[in-house]
Amino acid sequence: MTLKHALYGATALTLVAGSAFADAHATTITIATVNNGDMIRMQGLTDDFNDKNPDINVEWVTLEENVLRQNVTTDISTGGGAYDVMTIGTYEVPIWGRNGWLVSLNEGMADDWNADDLLPAIAGGLTIDGELYAAPFYGESSMVMYRKDLMEKAGLEMPDAPTWDFIREAAAAMTDRENEINGICARGKAGWGENMAFLTAMSNSFGARWFDEEWKAQFDSEAWATTLNFYLDMMNESGPNGAANNGFNENLTLFQQGKCGMWIDATVAASFVTGDDSTVADQVGFALAPDTGLGKRGNWLWAWSLAIPASSEKQEAAKAFISWATGPAYAELVASNEGWANVPPGTRTSLYENQEYLDAAPFAKMTLDSINSADPTNPTVDPVPYTGVQFVAIPEFAGIASEVGQQFSDALAGNQTAEQALANAQELTTEEMEAAGY
Amino acid sequence: MATAHSKSAARIMIAPAVFVLLVWMLIPLLMTLYFSFADYRPLRGTFDAWIGFDNYVRFLTSSSFMSALITTLWMVAGILSITIIGGVLLALLLDQPMYGQGFVRILVIAPFFVMPTVSALVWKNMFFNVDNGLFSYLFKGLGFQPYDFLSQSPLLSIIVIVAWQWLPFATLILLTAVQSLDSEQLEAAEMDGAPALSRFRFIILPHLSRAITVVILIQTIFLLSIFAEIFVTTNGAFGTRTLTYLVYQRVLESQNVGLGSAGGIIAVILANVIAIFLMRIVGKNLDN
Amino acid sequence: MARAITTQKKVMWTALAWAFGLAIFFPILWTFLTSFKTEATAIADPPVWFLFDWTTENYTAVQERSNYPKALMNSIIIAVGSTLLGILIAVPAAWAMAFVPGRRTKDVLLWMLSTKMLPAVGVLYPLVLLAKWLGVMDSRILLVVVLMLINLPIIVWMLYTYFREIPGEILEAARMDGASLSSEILYVLTPMAVPGIASTILLNIILAWNEAFWTILLTTVNAAPLTAFIASFSAPEGLFYAKLSAASMLAIAPILVMGWFSQKQLVRGLTFGAVK
Repeated sequence: MTLKHALYGATALTLVAGSAFADAHATTITIATVNNGDMIRMQGLTDDFNDKNPDINVEWVTLEENVLRQNVTTDISTGGGAYDVMTIGTYEVPIWGRNGWLVSLNEGMADDWNADDLLPAIAGGLTIDGELYAAPFYGESSMVMYRKDLMEKAGLEMPDAPTWDFIREAAAAMTDRENEINGICARGKAGWGENMAFLTAMSNSFGARWFDEEWKAQFDSEAWATTLNFYLDMMNESGPNGAANNGFNENLTLFQQGKCGMWIDATVAASFVTGDDSTVADQVGFALAPDTGLGKRGNWLWAWSLAIPASSEKQEAAKAFISWATGPAYAELVASNEGWANVPPGTRTSLYENQEYLDAAPFAKMTLDSINSADPTNPTVDPVPYTGVQFVAIPEFAGIASEVGQQFSDALAGNQTAEQALANAQELTTEEMEAAGY
Repeated sequence: MATAHSKSAARIMIAPAVFVLLVWMLIPLLMTLYFSFADYRPLRGTFDAWIGFDNYVRFLTSSSFMSALITTLWMVAGILSITIIGGVLLALLLDQPMYGQGFVRILVIAPFFVMPTVSALVWKNMFFNVDNGLFSYLFKGLGFQPYDFLSQSPLLSIIVIVAWQWLPFATLILLTAVQSLDSEQLEAAEMDGAPALSRFRFIILPHLSRAITVVILIQTIFLLSIFAEIFVTTNGAFGTRTLTYLVYQRVLESQNVGLGSAGGIIAVILANVIAIFLMRIVGKNLDN
Repeated sequence: MARAITTQKKVMWTALAWAFGLAIFFPILWTFLTSFKTEATAIADPPVWFLFDWTTENYTAVQERSNYPKALMNSIIIAVGSTLLGILIAVPAAWAMAFVPGRRTKDVLLWMLSTKMLPAVGVLYPLVLLAKWLGVMDSRILLVVVLMLINLPIIVWMLYTYFREIPGEILEAARMDGASLSSEILYVLTPMAVPGIASTILLNIILAWNEAFWTILLTTVNAAPLTAFIASFSAPEGLFYAKLSAASMLAIAPILVMGWFSQKQLVRGLTFGAVK
């Protein structure tokens, strides 16, 4: 009888498994990371780390971004202990660092791990009071990626620093619904790290802000109304069908399939749209994120970074790992295995001075310019009490922005008007901020 | 027949189950209760053990609560109606004479084994996706505009996914019930010239009522806590935020454990109200 | 008199049933097919059905990235372990409720079912704090216990409804013959209850296998089962349908095969007292 056999088998397996994990001479560190391409590649290169550090074993926990975030946040806020290295972003680092949950990386990193080489804009977001609390694994801003052939066909020329009006006009000109070409692809999927990253950065260039200096929500402002209406109109005119479900990955697929004329998103996407999976690899051009002439561009700043929770008992081994993964030698390692274009971008000055990299990565200059033009300490036209370009570095932000993101996504899907969405956003943000004691 | 001896033995035998469930209920639930009266926001490093009913008031008066409650009820009702109507029809179909009945049953039962996460991922990406989903190809093939299911009919989309997973369960239970039907009674009715519809209405349906109640009861227990399907497909956007999902957002996204705990307690109370209500109906149906 | 079944009718029913069966099974079939395509073929327009270059590269890619055997083993241990532990506790309880019902039996049953309605995330922090305090985070034993507790009400309920269908006279006869309580359970009841217990075990293995909240939040490396395995494939960068399909097939295949082979046992006891 099958059932009986299955049970016997399972019992036997239980016994075997119980005795299988006894070997414990080396230090084992547990690393939580997100399943993005660059991290998967890092995981694949673990052997190199093991060769250099034979006494350290590495266990990987690779999870999808949302799941990863819920796991590491639950762990760290209940005292930690599960992970020795966590992959977190520019949003989490200052908040966690201030809570004393992270280990400073000012001391104890490998000799060749050169902290001065880190891009100042990126390192600045990971530093509090002079202490670096996380090492950037890759850094990104956002920029315009466009199809040169379609641009030419539309009889237009992309400037290096376009305005939003030009983008909208070009998008309309490139759109060809018959052939499934959408002039513009942008994030519409709800989430603080999805559509709200895009929209918050975009709103900066329209002169909008999340809060005024008294921490009052600003969704009832003229500038936000202009931002959201512009976004909705542009997406409705020239965006893909179902844009309200499209996040980074969905848009990437569309662009790679040749269904987008332009795509405004993370600079890190540049190596994917010019890579092997892309059907339009040789036709991609890059430009800075658009502005409206108010002095701020609509580009964000983010770095996926490796940090060590203060609860880790293996901080030395963890530092050895981070030194390896974010050090200059790692770039060489990736380059020799997979080519220079696949080196994690946006963290080190030396990479952008390396001629081999510049030759292999046509997007290098634009990436660096985009990163350098983002200013997290002074993100908006009008003064604000917070830091962060596409986020507000307070603990309440993730929760609030997720809900606001749902409102805006709903507006993009045509289920409510921009006015309703903004009114709801204003109401719920005010409600949450009052509850949080601002 | 129950002697005093067997009664005390019975008590001892029930004890372990009651005990572990009590411990399970009491320790985490009491802790949740304790947090629900606290201002507990770990990311801020705030822990204020007693703030009275503030969290409850906030949870109940926030604009999200009522809509989440209504969404929950619609979702459960939608899934229940699809699985029960579909389940009855499928059970009747499977009961007909046919070739390869065992094989068909294997096909029908399969979705029940699929992890909620996997089925949500598969449906979302490979069927509902407006650019590369199969439904879009189908629509285009028929000459229609592709339809964006997840933003235009989000609730229905999730209902379809979950109903697909639970349809086999309903079908199996209902099939057993159909098979236990006295076929002579049906034949007699057929001989008397009763049309198929009234045979169904007056003989089959009453016979199935008990099985239908059971399906409703068991499924409701599971459906009230649907999570993975929403998490994967819409993340609670487009009005698909159920009560469970709202609690999730409060605890994990907003990192307001106090508020989330209050929401959790409220959800338990509401679930129990529904359970008692259901048990009343089911109890009546099961006792005779 | 048996109903006369014409071949024509039978063929018609067969066609209809097969059509519905295939429609319901289709998403799984499509996932299976996609898992053997290249990423480009997976999103080809129009979709390709069977005539493509079948490749196992996705399975290789998935293997390289994660430790499938370990996740599989954890899933087996957690699902089987929690089910057996649950059965051990539930059989006596359900037996007592069915054969020696007291005034409160119904209330106890209702209360047990109501524990099942705890919204998981509401007790997340308490449970994580407790597990850390006990030092059992990321251990299989923790998941075995937690999943057992979550499913225990269903196990008790299912066994109870099954036991109730066993006629009490048999027990009385056994008692007349001087059988003790333990031998009564062991020799008289158990053989009659085997189908019900088997079915309960199967259903609970399925439920425990597919539980995807606690199994992800309470594990990191050592105890992470297939639900965590699949969470690392859900939305990476670039084209991923084929790899996602391969990972999905790996995650559901064991339970699907088990379910198919044992479906007779599963179905036999899966009535929850629905049939009298």
